[in-house]
Amino acid sequence: MSQTAALPEVTAPAEGHARNPGLPLDLSLVESVRVNTSASERRAAALPGRRAVKGDAQSAWLLKAVTCIDLTTLNGDDTEGRVRRLCAKAIQPVRPDLLAALGMQDHRITTGAICVYHRFVATAVDALQGSGIPVAAVSTGFPAGLSPHATKLAEIEASVKDGAEEIDIVITREHVLTGNWQALYDEMHEYRAACGDAHVKAILATGDLKTLRNVAKASLVCMMAGADFIKTSTGKEGVNATLPVSLTMVRAIRQYQEMTGIKVGYKPAGGVSKAKDVLTYLALMKEELGHDWLQPDLFRIGASSLLGDIERQLEHRVTGAYSAARRHPIG
Amino acid sequence: MTVASFFDSMDYAPSTEDDTSARQWLAAHEGRFGHFIGGSFTAPADGFDTQEPATGKRLATVSQGRAQDVDSAIAAARKAQKSWAALPGHERALKLYALARIIQRNARILSVVEALDNGKPIREARDIDIPLAARHFYHHAGWAQLQDSEFPGYDPVGVIGQVIPWNFPFLMLAWKVAPALALGNTVVLKPAEATPLTALLFAELAQAAGLPDGVLNIVTGDGETGALIAANEGIDKVAFTGSTEVGRKIREATAGSGKSLTLELGGKSPFIVCDDADLDAAVEGVVDAMWFNQGQVCCAGSRLIVQEGVAEDFHARLAARMKTLRIGASLDKTIDMGAIIDSTQRDRIAGMVDRAVAAGATLVQAEMSPPEGGSYYPPTVLQNIPATCEAATEEIFGPVAVSMTFRTPAEAIQLANHSRYGLAASIWSENVNLALDLAAKVQAGIVWVNCTNVMDAGVGFGGVKESGFGREGGREGCFDYLKPRAFAKATERKPAQAAKAKGFALDTVDRTAKFYIGGKQARPDGGHAQPVVGDKGEVLGEVGVGNRKDIRNAVEAATGAASWGSKTQHNRAQILYYMGENLSARAEEFADRLRAQTGVKSDKARAEVAAAVSRLFSYGAWADKYEGVVHMPPMRGLALAVPEAIGVAGVICPEESPLLGFISTTAPLIATGNRVVAVASEAHPLSATDFYQVLETSDVPAGVFNIVTGSAETLGAELAKHNGVDTVWAFGSRQLSETVERLSTGNLKRVFTDYGRAWDWTTPEAEGALFLRQATQVKNIWVPYGE
Repeated sequence: MSQTAALPEVTAPAEGHARNPGLPLDLSLVESVRVNTSASERRAAALPGRRAVKGDAQSAWLLKAVTCIDLTTLNGDDTEGRVRRLCAKAIQPVRPDLLAALGMQDHRITTGAICVYHRFVATAVDALQGSGIPVAAVSTGFPAGLSPHATKLAEIEASVKDGAEEIDIVITREHVLTGNWQALYDEMHEYRAACGDAHVKAILATGDLKTLRNVAKASLVCMMAGADFIKTSTGKEGVNATLPVSLTMVRAIRQYQEMTGIKVGYKPAGGVSKAKDVLTYLALMKEELGHDWLQPDLFRIGASSLLGDIERQLEHRVTGAYSAARRHPIG
Repeated sequence: MTVASFFDSMDYAPSTEDDTSARQWLAAHEGRFGHFIGGSFTAPADGFDTQEPATGKRLATVSQGRAQDVDSAIAAARKAQKSWAALPGHERALKLYALARIIQRNARILSVVEALDNGKPIREARDIDIPLAARHFYHHAGWAQLQDSEFPGYDPVGVIGQVIPWNFPFLMLAWKVAPALALGNTVVLKPAEATPLTALLFAELAQAAGLPDGVLNIVTGDGETGALIAANEGIDKVAFTGSTEVGRKIREATAGSGKSLTLELGGKSPFIVCDDADLDAAVEGVVDAMWFNQGQVCCAGSRLIVQEGVAEDFHARLAARMKTLRIGASLDKTIDMGAIIDSTQRDRIAGMVDRAVAAGATLVQAEMSPPEGGSYYPPTVLQNIPATCEAATEEIFGPVAVSMTFRTPAEAIQLANHSRYGLAASIWSENVNLALDLAAKVQAGIVWVNCTNVMDAGVGFGGVKESGFGREGGREGCFDYLKPRAFAKATERKPAQAAKAKGFALDTVDRTAKFYIGGKQARPDGGHAQPVVGDKGEVLGEVGVGNRKDIRNAVEAATGAASWGSKTQHNRAQILYYMGENLSARAEEFADRLRAQTGVKSDKARAEVAAAVSRLFSYGAWADKYEGVVHMPPMRGLALAVPEAIGVAGVICPEESPLLGFISTTAPLIATGNRVVAVASEAHPLSATDFYQVLETSDVPAGVFNIVTGSAETLGAELAKHNGVDTVWAFGSRQLSETVERLSTGNLKRVFTDYGRAWDWTTPEAEGALFLRQATQVKNIWVPYGE
């Protein structure tokens, strides 16, 4: 496979920034990566204390977070009924009376996407019809990513055909762990081509990559190979999204933007389950990348239980009384 | 602003810490405070206001400490000290533990009062200052508990006068008070004029925690009050943190008094960014180095020394990062930086920046819209600063970094060390070989590898060169609040009574001992010699009369022998053993000379030679065994406490024990890698001048060991004044100790003196740890790790 294979043409989506066309693989860029773990942890640990978000700003930030959630179900016992219920929640994630009380009834607050296995893409597309909410499919032998390569490409194509507008691929961790950057680049590059117009999110499975240097290098290679988003985890690894990993990935995104002018999106997944945590993630995006990365076209959160906590926090803000899960429609 | 508008803007909203309880505390005192003396507050007296830097508004009025207040505080501390020191270590540990706990229970009000009084962000007070202060009390409760087993042979110093600065009012209190009290001392502390409130609040808490009356006394006031404390005869030690200028005044004021002194002074600390650093981490490091506490940090990494190949990239990232810094009122929980302590200081910073820009520096400054009324100054970097510019060399004590570039690691060290100061250094490189090599070579008391401004109670903090002396924290810091018990027995040194000359001894060839400088015998510059009169009045020979030029020459030779410090410890040990061996070979000759000079009986003379041989062997033994420790601060990493040579040492050798005293005061310095300029026993110099031949036959490199003869007072003064001498050891008259301490302020050299009280050089206490500690200074190298 040639590293200079033609990349898909750049299309400018409605949100107003160009898709990542990718770059030829630049190994010197990969080798120049320096990440100091202790320093990254220190920055991550200090951030929440530097940026408290309270009051109306907090409510606004939490609603913004809702619009960035890829509401997800990725379980062996998923069924059509389960997926339809989740889709209903995606369309109306926050009780209308709460939105009204917050003066947000005129904003269309939905989640950023629904994220399911291929089997349920068609179901979700059907359930979400007219909502404008895209369906994301996990793919390429999710979560381990060790299916035959041709099967993986076929899986992407099948999901796109069923109507998935976003494909969350998993990389072959072996390529990172053995430093085989060419193989990673080639693989990612082909996934991107197979996606066509569907946006591709590259799941690095950072819990498997273990080191922040691996994370930074894999981030750069996947971006060079044309990833629209880079994403931390499948949710199935032992460790999912963390702040130091996120800091590393968003700094790689910033470096890529400085080099190319292209904005690549970021998706932490797994491990962001509390309203308080998501405020820190939003602050991280704002501080390290800026306002553009506070919108669903460049920021997504892969989560299943986060929404429930946000709903409770919003009700608390409106009523002054602590809420309970059962007071909000089930997802 | 509404939820909808925040939804669009995604701005931060001010989030203000509740200050109700802090205001209530001030109100309960009607905003007026007296001093805390002997366990109770005095009635508020005439004084001055303390303001909120964030708004310029008055917070409270505190009393100006006058002579009678200082006297009564010191009297209270004196009264309490004996019984406090007599408590079992465990009892004192319980009290310190109670202080730690009460700080934690009151962490919120302490944080808020601190932020209000100082202007610093509440986040820093809440997350850094107050928890670290509590940690100091916990840690030192442990030293109280272990004092008997860990510090046998040491007593508390006594009553300590402590004067602390306004940048970390409560943390500096903890750094000073915790070790002092833990080890059995009592304290009179003066908080800074601008920030007295947390100290007064702490006095209340200490009382509630059951600290005995008089153990802790707080006297508020300005610099005059501080001077009254430092000069007061009732105190045994002064511990000062503040400006180098005031540090010098205190050194002068306490000269010859016998008061122990530790100074933690200014800095202009290098922040070295190598081309293999994680540049984003280094940029964040600058935020922690320079914009922590508005840059009002003595150890701020204010000189950015960046490798040329990455300088442009680094500065671009830094400039981008500066744009996201937020400045605001101290109680706002969404800010990175608060207000400068007052408008005078703010104007001083602005003046230095303006002059640097006029001199050609490139100004990079974050745009800020701070609240009205406060004394704010934006985060600033002065790029390409001319090295000759005042802002490049002097401490700005504000949020202003200067930057320059380097080509090679050697040049980075050259730039870093080219400073009067030597407090801290921060080194950024992903290459452990390079980082640790730079850490070893940089002249600083604290070195942070890939981090900055991290501190812990278990790790000594303090500087080298004009950044002061003494350590705070850890075992090394404890010694600054202890004194060796053996020394307490020392009695006033009697001047040697030189017998009247009765003519030349007939049985000797005329010999005039020259000086020993740079490995050669050198004639005195002034061309003067003086007779050495033996015990019976016979002239034993002549020695040169040294003057300031001889000292200059000897110091130059010693300066040139810097490689002695980087020789292996094994190598230095071998040379000391060799000196012992060669002295032993001439034992009879040296014994005869002792007898002739002092009239000592021959068995005693032989014993002194044997003791000198043994002492050389002891320091040969120590040379490769005087080791550092690995501290265990609460982080993933190591803090390596490495004892390092101080540099060029001037030694005024004692009159008594002309050979053993000479060896005892020079060998520990040589063993630890210092170079020595020794002034031989004034009355009995021939044992030292005879030693030339031992040096010449023992492979001692030229310039490592230099010997001059002449007047102890004159030559001691010259050594003390010389700015190329890093430490002076003075074992002479009480007057000499006063002279040396008073004249040491030029470069704030360390002085080790017995204040005219003679040691018994034959005792075991006259060798070993105490001397080795004086011959070295601890460098703490912080090495966080993790992948």
